[in-house]
Amino acid sequence: MDITFQNVSYTYQPGTPFQGVGLQDINVTIPSGSYTALIGHTGSGKSTLLQHLNALLKPTSGVVKIGTREITPETNNKHLKAIRQKVGMVFQFPESQLFESTVQKDIAFGPQNFGVPIDEALARAKEMIELVGLPANVIDKSPFDLSGGQMRRVAIAGVLAMQPEVLVLDEPTAGLDPVGRREMMGLFEKLHIEQGMTIVMVTHQMDDVANYADNVIVLEHGRLAKTGSPREIFADPDWLTEKQLGLPTTTQFAQALSRRGFIFDQVPLTEHELAALLAEQLPKKAGRAHE
Amino acid sequence: MCTDTIINRHLFQGKYGLLNMDEQKIIQVEQLKYEYPQSDGHLALNNLSVSINAGEWVAIIGHNGSGKSTFAKSLNGLLDLQSGSVMIDDLPLALDTVWSIRKKIGMVFQNPDNQFVGATVEDDVAFGLENQGVPRPEMIERVQEAVKRVGMLDYLKREPSRLSGGQKQRVALAGIIAQQPEILILDEATSMLDPKGREEVLATIHKLKQETNMTVLSITHDIDEAASADRIIILDNGQVYDQGTPADIFAYGQRLLDLGLDVPYPEKLKAALNKLQIEMPTDYLTTERMVDYLWTLHSKM
Amino acid sequence: MNKLILGRYIPGDSILHRMDPRAKLLASFYYIGIIFLARTWQAYALLLVFTLVLIGISKIKLDFFIKGVKPLLWLILFTVLLQIFFTRGGHVYWQWGFLSLTQYGLINGAYIFMRFVLIIFMSTLLTLTTPPLSLADAIESILKPLKVVHFPVYEVALMLSIALRFVPTLMDETTKIMDAQRARGVDFGEGNLFQQMKAIVPILIPLFVSSFNRADDLATAMEARGYQGGEGRSKYRILKWRTKDTVAFILMGLLTIALIFLR
Repeated sequence: MDITFQNVSYTYQPGTPFQGVGLQDINVTIPSGSYTALIGHTGSGKSTLLQHLNALLKPTSGVVKIGTREITPETNNKHLKAIRQKVGMVFQFPESQLFESTVQKDIAFGPQNFGVPIDEALARAKEMIELVGLPANVIDKSPFDLSGGQMRRVAIAGVLAMQPEVLVLDEPTAGLDPVGRREMMGLFEKLHIEQGMTIVMVTHQMDDVANYADNVIVLEHGRLAKTGSPREIFADPDWLTEKQLGLPTTTQFAQALSRRGFIFDQVPLTEHELAALLAEQLPKKAGRAHE
Repeated sequence: MCTDTIINRHLFQGKYGLLNMDEQKIIQVEQLKYEYPQSDGHLALNNLSVSINAGEWVAIIGHNGSGKSTFAKSLNGLLDLQSGSVMIDDLPLALDTVWSIRKKIGMVFQNPDNQFVGATVEDDVAFGLENQGVPRPEMIERVQEAVKRVGMLDYLKREPSRLSGGQKQRVALAGIIAQQPEILILDEATSMLDPKGREEVLATIHKLKQETNMTVLSITHDIDEAASADRIIILDNGQVYDQGTPADIFAYGQRLLDLGLDVPYPEKLKAALNKLQIEMPTDYLTTERMVDYLWTLHSKM
Repeated sequence: MNKLILGRYIPGDSILHRMDPRAKLLASFYYIGIIFLARTWQAYALLLVFTLVLIGISKIKLDFFIKGVKPLLWLILFTVLLQIFFTRGGHVYWQWGFLSLTQYGLINGAYIFMRFVLIIFMSTLLTLTTPPLSLADAIESILKPLKVVHFPVYEVALMLSIALRFVPTLMDETTKIMDAQRARGVDFGEGNLFQQMKAIVPILIPLFVSSFNRADDLATAMEARGYQGGEGRSKYRILKWRTKDTVAFILMGLLTIALIFLR
């Protein structure tokens, strides 16, 4: 399911003294099956764009095509449920949306809202607990008795239980410790590869963009600044540095090596790419060089 | 008291600290034990003993649940220890000393919103001074000075809802500067900020550290943040797992992963190169030294 | 939420903005009191002119005040209609059963309408020209004598100011949680009353939980910064009573005398 923005603009509280521009003339496509990273500074319009993906916001002008549905400024607020089921959205610090008395019930809440019978919803919840890597014994616990990282998994399981085609994530690893971060990113990669789920992720971590994404959208002041593959985006490190968006650590490291005299014919994005490029220019360990 | 004398006081302490590095222990804790209610006997702090010198910058790392924040909160009596002793600047922590000790320790917490007490920037910075009963004319002077030091002078009358996370944390730092404590504790103070906010806050902390030579205790998951410390302490299961200079600790390499920690980038690259049969040294190399090393190796080809 | 003008401060630099909040608070209450002295159209005319002049001095657009009336429009209309149809006396224009339209009814209806408008304009003027925090300070200062009977004036004031400080935070939080639940398929404002009530639970519980967490964090942060109750604290924020505040009360006195003459 592609999501396409055609000349989309969005204005906050139009006609009041508090009016503000959220998005301006956005034309971009999030292809089905892609792992799209959405980057930009705080206030660049990332969150506003995100909320257009499942019609929580409607454009002030322009069209958002979500699969076959077209969302325009005139679209009725009712009957948007089908879209919300297909585009699952995980907000920042999603653990704050938990409310049910048990983990299982909370995960089953979403599917039930979309008309899934309670038995099936509870069964799905059980599967999701396993999928997101929670221990099986949390099922009857109160979500509020879990650790912060576990609560976040419950919230994500609650969205996955809706069986969305597109999973939208707003800084899903914010505030987690390194283990939590690694496991979380591993989960999304698994969903992307094994289930072919389309992933849209807002992130400030350029290393995550380099390691996982295949499509990047850069926003600046509510406008589309650039779009392309990570390699295309990171091919111009000066541009990113100028915009203060940062670079993947590998790219930074490669820059330092280039200044010293190393030559790379392409921008390395991960440590393994860099290591491979370096290996061509370095002597191998003694005794194995002839192998 | 004007700020110049404060700086001098800290500088003096700093020099003194350098001369008597071993004696000038500002934090000394022994055999700390703490168990959270309803935690089924799991000890958040398990016989933890640590000492920290005046003027030192110590980073405390460890995965979630290793006892980092509990340790920080035990230092100024924010939780009741089951057993153990805490000594801050030669003052043993007890019921009658807890308020004097809180004056000596400034803490910045994780969530920028949940520690902003005042309705505006200046009110928040003044809060700690009001608690100490500082006379108003002196308070105004100290608030102004502190807000200036964190670069927020243009925001004096701003409400917290109109500040970014990084700005709120800088205000929290200003509140601490105004209180002039000996020790600054950062409890994951940058973990909820975006890269720009994190940079602002870290730059402010570095500047403060330079100007005042406060003792800094930074609890963090950010390996780059830990790299700028004098010493790193790894906590695991409520105990000190290991401690040493960043070079000592980072030499753990990939084993840091098993402790639930991040691996510094040069170590990641080293592992990747090792796999490709490239000769790499075992000790930790900073980015600069790693670049030098690789270039030397290249020249041998 | 944005329609609620009452309670929203508009920054400015008029003499009203700069008055002591205690003076403004007391004078506004006093003014609302003396509105009930008015019994003739001349008196109401005087009050209306007085109010409009004050609004002019505040340099805030009249629109804001008219918008302030809107949310209460139904209450006003209901009360006015009650007055019109149930007051007897004077010339009878129309009658149907116990309902009647009389001369006194119409006059009383008009007076009631004027009272409402004047009260709303004046309280709106107070909140538009005074930041909520200053109002909290004013309340603290006015309640200070109650310390004698061990009323925790300082604590109440701190509570009020923290509550005010967290209003925007909690509003943001509410919006965020609502969005998150909408994304999980909750329809707000749809279905019957029971369904709508049910839809509130997934907002209220997270909101409670997060508020308690915030309160806990805040308490820890306050303690770490040496807060141990109102005793022995000094104050950063102080109020200053100036000549213009005294003048405001002299004006109020003169207005009272005028109203008594116009009865």
